[in-house]
Amino acid sequence: MSSIKIKLKEKDVQQIKEIASSFGNKPGELINVLHKTQGVFGYLPAEVQEVVAREMNVSVAKVYGVVTFYSFFTMIPKGRYPISICTGTACYVRGAEKVLDEFKKELGIKVGESTPDGKFSLTCLRCVGACGLSPVVTVGTKTFGRVSPDKVKDILKEFD
Amino acid sequence: MAKQIKMHLLVCCGTGCRASQSATLQKALERELKTNGLEDEAKVVTTGCFGFCEKGPIVKVHPDNTFYVEVKPEDAEEIVKEHVLKGRKVERLLYTDPKVKEHVPDSKHMGFYRKQIRIALRNCGLIDPENIDEYLARDGYQALGKVITEMTPESTIDVIKKSELRGRGGAGFPTGLKWEITRKSKSDQKYVVCNADEGDPGAFMDRSILEGDPHVVLEAMAICGYAIGADKGLIYIRAEYPLAIHRLKIAIEQAREYGLLGKNLFNSGFNFDIDLRYGAGAFVCGEETALIHSMEGERGEPTFKPPFPSVEGYLGKPTNVNNVETFANVPIIINKGADWFKTIGTEKSKGTKVFALAGKINNVGLIEIPMGTTLREVIFEIGGGIKDGKKFKAVQTGGPSGGCLTEKHLDLPIEYETLVAAGSMMGSGGMIVMDEDDCMVSVAKFFLDFTVEESCGKCSPCRIGNKRLYEMLDTITKGEGTMETLDKLKNLSKVIKDTSLCGLGQTAPNPVLSTINNFWDEYVEHVVDKKCKASVCKSLMRYVVIPENCVGCTVCARNCPVNCIKGERKQVHEIDQTACIKCGACYEKCKFNAIEIV
Ligand SMILES: Cc1cc2nc3c(=O)[nH]c(=O)nc-3n(C[C@H](O)[C@H](O)[C@H](O)COP(=O)(O)O)c2cc1C
Ligand code: SF4
Ligand code: SF4
Repeated sequence: MSSIKIKLKEKDVQQIKEIASSFGNKPGELINVLHKTQGVFGYLPAEVQEVVAREMNVSVAKVYGVVTFYSFFTMIPKGRYPISICTGTACYVRGAEKVLDEFKKELGIKVGESTPDGKFSLTCLRCVGACGLSPVVTVGTKTFGRVSPDKVKDILKEFD
Repeated sequence: MAKQIKMHLLVCCGTGCRASQSATLQKALERELKTNGLEDEAKVVTTGCFGFCEKGPIVKVHPDNTFYVEVKPEDAEEIVKEHVLKGRKVERLLYTDPKVKEHVPDSKHMGFYRKQIRIALRNCGLIDPENIDEYLARDGYQALGKVITEMTPESTIDVIKKSELRGRGGAGFPTGLKWEITRKSKSDQKYVVCNADEGDPGAFMDRSILEGDPHVVLEAMAICGYAIGADKGLIYIRAEYPLAIHRLKIAIEQAREYGLLGKNLFNSGFNFDIDLRYGAGAFVCGEETALIHSMEGERGEPTFKPPFPSVEGYLGKPTNVNNVETFANVPIIINKGADWFKTIGTEKSKGTKVFALAGKINNVGLIEIPMGTTLREVIFEIGGGIKDGKKFKAVQTGGPSGGCLTEKHLDLPIEYETLVAAGSMMGSGGMIVMDEDDCMVSVAKFFLDFTVEESCGKCSPCRIGNKRLYEMLDTITKGEGTMETLDKLKNLSKVIKDTSLCGLGQTAPNPVLSTINNFWDEYVEHVVDKKCKASVCKSLMRYVVIPENCVGCTVCARNCPVNCIKGERKQVHEIDQTACIKCGACYEKCKFNAIEIV
């Protein structure tokens, strides 16, 4: 599944159990359970998926199939400051690609990766709906509008 | 006795304005009112989107309709001391009309609003979406009361049918007819589903309605439930819309408290309640069968229709799926009547349509126009024309399923049928304007990149075919395409359209076909002359030094990351084309305009 191996603590397993039972352990609630679980762990590594599958009484393959289908679910941990570049159409025509290139260059990582120190991760998303401010970049809960490649360094500095 | 509030300061707290600190602004205004002892005279109200996102954050003052733009928290003091206290407008914060360069005192005189009619957005920017009383004060839940206490389900459906309301989610299916089919499907359990997946990247109409006026959707869903015989509603909303989710949750809670959702509504024995279901970032889940599978906890893969959801939908039960904006039209149609609604719009498309206007346009924002308005009016009057005085090139509607229209289409009325005939479609309401700096081959490639990533992979024409389309477009942008590539593009596009299982695949080639049809010369230029006039396709660009302008300042050579510019001080420089990576650094750094792109 994924290259990252983690060991779940008893407390973590307990937490997943509680989430699953709060949705009545119904297989139809799988996506809601995964949303909540990702909210707790930040991502959905294989080990977590296995517990979810057991609790929801479905196969691990089914859980894996759902996790990989939806781009919102991730099997890789995000950085402490997850950076998302909006690559919706409005941002695209106003130069989001150049901004993305600059982030890749400054951080030395590709889309979907995290910096080795775990500080930043880089993803693209499709339209946050702040098209008036395009190109838009979000870092954690903070939104930056009208970003140009030369502003990238300043944005990163804010998180020192 | 408390003094009567004379003035309201409406602060937009939609996602767009929140991103530029409107929440801090709101607090600053409240603080200033308090410091100046004006709490009893003026009140700060947080509202949904005013639509004029380009100039956010926006503060609108009622009752005089003053429209302040790009307001910063620091400006709060002046607004309160000057406007609220002394009744003098703060000139410098007023919107300036770019055409006449004058301040516009109120929103009624802004070109942006003049041609708009607000039906679906009528409460957005006017009421506090987190307060059900404000919705009630605007005739909220009156329509629901009316249908339950005075009308039969059949007569309710009749009004919607007569209004000729068509689905705003893209395809334009007659809403009344859909309700009737679902009503006629026999079952012990039926569902009303609101499609709030809004997958088109560059569209934010539905989100703005949910953020600005969540109750209108709840009310309409209950009306639909009454009409089709369902007691359960589900809203399928993107998890990427946290603010809309937050406001919906509050709205549902309040409606339950007021007995407007739940059991025995209006003492009629009719029950209706609503729950939220979250999407997880898959464009194809906007397609109704995929959406239903996703709500069931499965992968969101579409299935063949028929059976349509109206007959066999969520958990196998009859399910009526409508779009957010479609629902937003329903209560007012019930209140004002089908005949009123039909006076707006054109022969085949009644009412209004909301568009998210974005791209290279002066007034980016959310607009609602009567059907039949021309693209020219939208782009040049409401939108205020093209940014930076550039030349208009194309307008894209319908998102990844739509097409690019050009200069020659500008006078077309916006209607379902005309847009399809012109090679695009209404879609859910994304409208992206492009100028002379946009390369149409690259735009087509951008959309294909999107569909390839979002294809669920269930059927091969879409999964493999679109990938091949993307690769062909890629070779063209790299200067490796031939006239034969163009032929293949056209043929494969037709095959994919004819043979894909769901709407995603069937419409995915539209951006390719419409750009080929409308910008054939540009494609030929790419494959024959190996040129990209818009200077977007890197492989087709060359940076060269103009000897007459070069003074030999060496700035370019010092900034070139690959050291491929040679030349002595005070001598004309030269770029080694074989080593140049086309980063453009030299072009940006040269102060003598001595480097050009050819
Ligand atoms: C690939 C694809 C994506 C779609 N995305 C959406 C969407 O984001 N929102 C929406 O309301 N309808 C979307 N639709 C249309 C829905 O399938 C459906 O027709 C619509 O929700 C019906 O509601 P309406 O009749 O009120 O428009 C999409 C269709 C396809 C094929
Ligand atoms: S057309 Fe594309 S998205 Fe639709 S079912 Fe086929 S593969 Fe899936
Ligand atoms: S475009 Fe970049 S690589 Fe090419 S010559 Fe200029 S600075 Fe050097």
